[in-house]
Amino acid sequence: MKRGTILLVILVLLLAACAPAAETESPPVQETPQVENGGERRTLTVMTHDSFAASEEVLQAFEEEHNVDVQILTAGDAGSALNRAILSRGNPLADVFYGVDNSFLSRALDEGIFEPYESPLLADIPDEFELDPTHHALPVDFGDVCFNYDKAYFEEAGLEPPQHIEDLVREEYRSLTVVENPATSSPGLSFLLATIGHFGEDGYLEYWQGLVENDLLVVNDWETAYYGEFTRAGGSRPVVLSYATSPPAEVIFAEQPMDEPPTGVITADGSCFRQVEFVGILEGTQNRDLAERWVDFMLSPTFQEDIPLQMFVIPVNENAELSGVFAEFLITAENPAEVSPEEISANREAWIQAWTDTVLR
Amino acid sequence: MDRHGAALEVRPEAASSLRSRLGSGLGALLWVLPLAFLLVFYFYPLATILQVSFSRGAAGWAAPFIEALSSASIRSVLWFTIWQAAVSTALTLLVGLPGAYLLARYDFPGKSFLQALTGIPFVMPTLVVAAAFNALLGPRGWVNGLLVEVFNLQQPPIQFVNTLGAILLAHVFYNTTIVLRMVGDFWAHIDPRLAQAAQVLGASRLQTLRHVVLPLIMPAVAASALLVFIFDFTSFGVILVLGGPRFATLEVEIYRQTVSLFNLPLAAALSIIQLLTTLALTVLYTWLNRRLSTPLNLRPRTYTQARLVSWRSKLFAAVVLGLLLALTVLPLAGLAARSVTHFEPPQRGESGGFAGFTLNYYRELGVNRQSSIFYVPPARAISISLGYAGLTVLLALLIGLPASWALARDPADSRSAAARINRLLDPVLMLPLGTSAVTLGLGFLIALDEPPLDLRASPLLVPLAHTLVAFPFVVRSLTPALRSIRPRLRQAAAVMGATPLQVLRHIDLPLVGRALIVAATFAFTISLGEFGATSLISRPEYPTVPVAIYRLISRPGALNYGQALALSTLLMSITAAGMLFIERFRVADIGEF
Amino acid sequence: MNDGLSVRDVYKSFGKKQALAGVSFDLPEGQVMAMLGPSGSGKSTLLGIIAGLDSPDQGEVLWKGESLRGVPPHRRGFGLMFQDFALFPHRNVFDNVAFALQMASRPKAEIERRVAEMLELVGLPGFEQRDVNTLSGGEQQRVALARSLAPNPRLLMLDEPLGALDRNLRERLALDLGHILHEMHQTALYVTHDQEEAFTLADQVVILNEGRIEQTGAPQEIYLRPRSLFVARFLGMSNLVSGEVFQRDGRLVAATALGELPLPPTSSRQVTVLVRPDRASLDGQGDLQLDGEVIEKQFRGSLSRTRVRVGGVELLFDFPSHIPLPAPGQRVQISLNTDEALQVFEK
Repeated sequence: MKRGTILLVILVLLLAACAPAAETESPPVQETPQVENGGERRTLTVMTHDSFAASEEVLQAFEEEHNVDVQILTAGDAGSALNRAILSRGNPLADVFYGVDNSFLSRALDEGIFEPYESPLLADIPDEFELDPTHHALPVDFGDVCFNYDKAYFEEAGLEPPQHIEDLVREEYRSLTVVENPATSSPGLSFLLATIGHFGEDGYLEYWQGLVENDLLVVNDWETAYYGEFTRAGGSRPVVLSYATSPPAEVIFAEQPMDEPPTGVITADGSCFRQVEFVGILEGTQNRDLAERWVDFMLSPTFQEDIPLQMFVIPVNENAELSGVFAEFLITAENPAEVSPEEISANREAWIQAWTDTVLR
Repeated sequence: MDRHGAALEVRPEAASSLRSRLGSGLGALLWVLPLAFLLVFYFYPLATILQVSFSRGAAGWAAPFIEALSSASIRSVLWFTIWQAAVSTALTLLVGLPGAYLLARYDFPGKSFLQALTGIPFVMPTLVVAAAFNALLGPRGWVNGLLVEVFNLQQPPIQFVNTLGAILLAHVFYNTTIVLRMVGDFWAHIDPRLAQAAQVLGASRLQTLRHVVLPLIMPAVAASALLVFIFDFTSFGVILVLGGPRFATLEVEIYRQTVSLFNLPLAAALSIIQLLTTLALTVLYTWLNRRLSTPLNLRPRTYTQARLVSWRSKLFAAVVLGLLLALTVLPLAGLAARSVTHFEPPQRGESGGFAGFTLNYYRELGVNRQSSIFYVPPARAISISLGYAGLTVLLALLIGLPASWALARDPADSRSAAARINRLLDPVLMLPLGTSAVTLGLGFLIALDEPPLDLRASPLLVPLAHTLVAFPFVVRSLTPALRSIRPRLRQAAAVMGATPLQVLRHIDLPLVGRALIVAATFAFTISLGEFGATSLISRPEYPTVPVAIYRLISRPGALNYGQALALSTLLMSITAAGMLFIERFRVADIGEF
Repeated sequence: MNDGLSVRDVYKSFGKKQALAGVSFDLPEGQVMAMLGPSGSGKSTLLGIIAGLDSPDQGEVLWKGESLRGVPPHRRGFGLMFQDFALFPHRNVFDNVAFALQMASRPKAEIERRVAEMLELVGLPGFEQRDVNTLSGGEQQRVALARSLAPNPRLLMLDEPLGALDRNLRERLALDLGHILHEMHQTALYVTHDQEEAFTLADQVVILNEGRIEQTGAPQEIYLRPRSLFVARFLGMSNLVSGEVFQRDGRLVAATALGELPLPPTSSRQVTVLVRPDRASLDGQGDLQLDGEVIEKQFRGSLSRTRVRVGGVELLFDFPSHIPLPAPGQRVQISLNTDEALQVFEK
């Protein structure tokens, strides 16, 4: 037992080292199902992907205001979660589904999993985000998939960092880029769509050809790219495909305080792709009224202003103000590349296949 | 020779007819629980998702199969899946068997600890393993750094990520413990006199190995090879993260078709192909096994194990241990070291590098900086993981033991009903291992949606899913050991008045106690490290440690990455501690033998 | 000696326990040597060393004058039959017996012939295809013997081969074994704790005690002249009395509970005297008469084992059964010739 004891001691010490520093201990979220008789408090179930986050105060405020317990169900990434919503259509798991993005929007709408709802708060949301005119899916936030680059690397190399994705095929940027596989990664797919949006269906493959000839590195997932191949993580590629919110995140989660983000973003016109996320009331919900309140809540400035620090995406509501690090450092694309949800739905497989044939063969 | 054997010349024929009558009745009963479990939590969800998937296709259920098999890329994916699994398995055996021999035949200080260490990889999430290997073998990793220095090279010579080598290495890293444990523990009970007799009769060491040792340990070798193969065959994370875009297995393809392309009919067809391949293999294994099991004189470890005395044995131990430690411990140690190290990334004017030790990441784990609702302090995540693991061990043993016992009680008459049932159900037990987690996860969703089985959002679904994977392991660990108990021992006990239950308690249980511990350890580590199914069906307020690690590592920021490493180190520690605890389990003579 | 097996000054310890302390003996070719001793006396260890499965801390094993140091077990050409037979459970009788020949890659026809020959020899003809796990104890022992003999080993070692069998079987098989070994002129080293077995089979007997040889010799010699108290006791001779040495009328005597017993020249002050159980008679002839009371009589076929109390000491004597013996409770006078019946052990 001696070895076991030593290990246990080490374990206990390590755990003690991460003992919560008093203050905020999150109270466990209420569990479902709720007792039917005698409890006037109802439960609202929200189905989403595993990147969802919100702060306790904001959520609690909602719960208290409407006398409701909010139960969150996460089910994998955005695509998995959507599939589960689709397959449980006759007997929905939840009242609301949040997390459809524009690459999956058509799929969601075609499968008819949502009930329409025209929230009054839509008035505060710019038209560009309302990709569903029928209001089955309402926009909540967006994220720009853009290249990040390591400022220190380029400074030390005496090289001007790339300003546009078209730069990436140039000789001086040879072997400096890493992207993710559109077949397996959401940002990877987004960038592929960006190239289609910017170069058109006739030109994008040629661009990719150029990237390949410039020694492009492709990995399967964001973590491998960002925490493996990126120069800031000890890798050899100073240009990585990530999000516009990654540089502010680097500042927030830095070990030592930073004056400015260590990474820059390439946000020139047509270089980024905008992922918009939507929320919708699931068809067949028993709590339509609560669901509507929830949707309103998600579109309200209270929740919207909470989004950046929790989910690292950007609120759509015009009245939501960015604060802190985001206000200071966030750069978003003014004119991201665009491809409509319907086109995405129709051509996704073909485009990925074409990409695979060009890049991986 | 059992002490009672001579005095009780029990004629084998008489006893076996009695046994076969008892056997049929008891054997059938033993299958009830495992079958019920499989029916409800495997066949039913699987059938449902397959039916739903095929019904979504416009062209009937045959079309996706035709599409799959006529597509050159899918055929090559299938082929790749098979051969990379075969090569990985062969390599794992190559690394694991000498280690198994060492653990079986020798006792030395630190042995339990070493066994616990080699079991840790099994538990680690792929992303973390990738990070660990990258730190070691990546372009700026230690090995390359050393080689560049020593040989004055322009480029780092070892290309690790996105290579087949990375896939194979990771597979060996993960699965060696299966061989070490299953074969090692079985081998430990084999009478060393048999090898000695062979040597005196003129067999060289090699001949002894080939003609005496290998045939005797073959049941355990085959069982572990089968399990390793199935794991490698259904490999997902390793292929995705370490193999990169150029490699795809069936599982990856199923994931793509399901999630990215929502082509459910094709995904279902692929799942079935994957399943059938697993089934074919398991049937082959079952058939092989019939021929391989011999009743053995199982000996206690105090008898079979020796200390390392001769210089030759010490050298052997050093080499084997060195290899095992290099393979399993080095990457993990690097990981643990990294979790307490402050590492400066290259900044303006500075090259960055090591900047001191820190417990910052561990401290940060305890802080809910953004007061997020899903923040869970590490102690809670750990206790949730341990809770699930404990449940899984119990369930897996509860369901696996009767199945093992039924399989081991094979009546001599291979045409009897009991033997037929065994032959049929043996491969069936392995099916959950060879089924796509993505498909099965969806199956749970659709099938278990009506009360009393509306478990779609229930945290109980997690240990149930874990048990589906764990209990085949339990069965495969226990059955070779149970089969090897000489029938004469049981007969002797029975003739002396022991009821079947007493036989179980006083004969079977002590003799297979070690195998039970191995089985429990597997169930424990499988549950601790399970990510795929858990992430699909978990409730965010009950995250397991791998899920929590994934949450941290999928965000940018040095603190997030550091916390992921810290939590991974904690996971390693609880795994080792848990395994050591199980190892020392000494109830009812279990483990003493 | 350059003929057969020689063991020279073998020492072996396991940690603090010394298993063998300077064992030396010679076993000429063609002879059967029995190694007797209580359990824990080092017999099995010694066999392991001779077989090459273990190596001695000191000392050497030689065959025909050549040292076997460094020669691995599979090259020594010896045979070893284990106490629990160690039959290969995954092979049938044929494959067990044929094992050594298969390892030596002998031609198939030769193997088949030899196996049949061996099975015939041990009394199991036709058993080739049988599964060893279904054999009875006696059958397994014979298969193990056949297996050991098949490669015609230069030396066959048998480690308590009859230990696991019941009494009747043991006696019968001991005889069979003896015949087989002698018939084949097999050099054999037979380890047992059973004295009768050893005496039945062996040309020479070695008695081992706590890693040391107590006595070596032909069975008769050891029986007639045990050289130490241990050997005497081991052979079942328990009529031992001790006493101080005196001078009486110019001769040495020992003052024992049985009276004053004459002694050969000795320099000890204290001796233990063995009164042999097989040298007593009731005919009144002999220079030592012991008066005692019969306590018990055991009829054992041609002998009757009688327990007699003489001078407070209980003694055992074997008398031929045809002599009329007093009944228990009656007095009896036992006659001994001291130079045949008494044996003196010095302290």
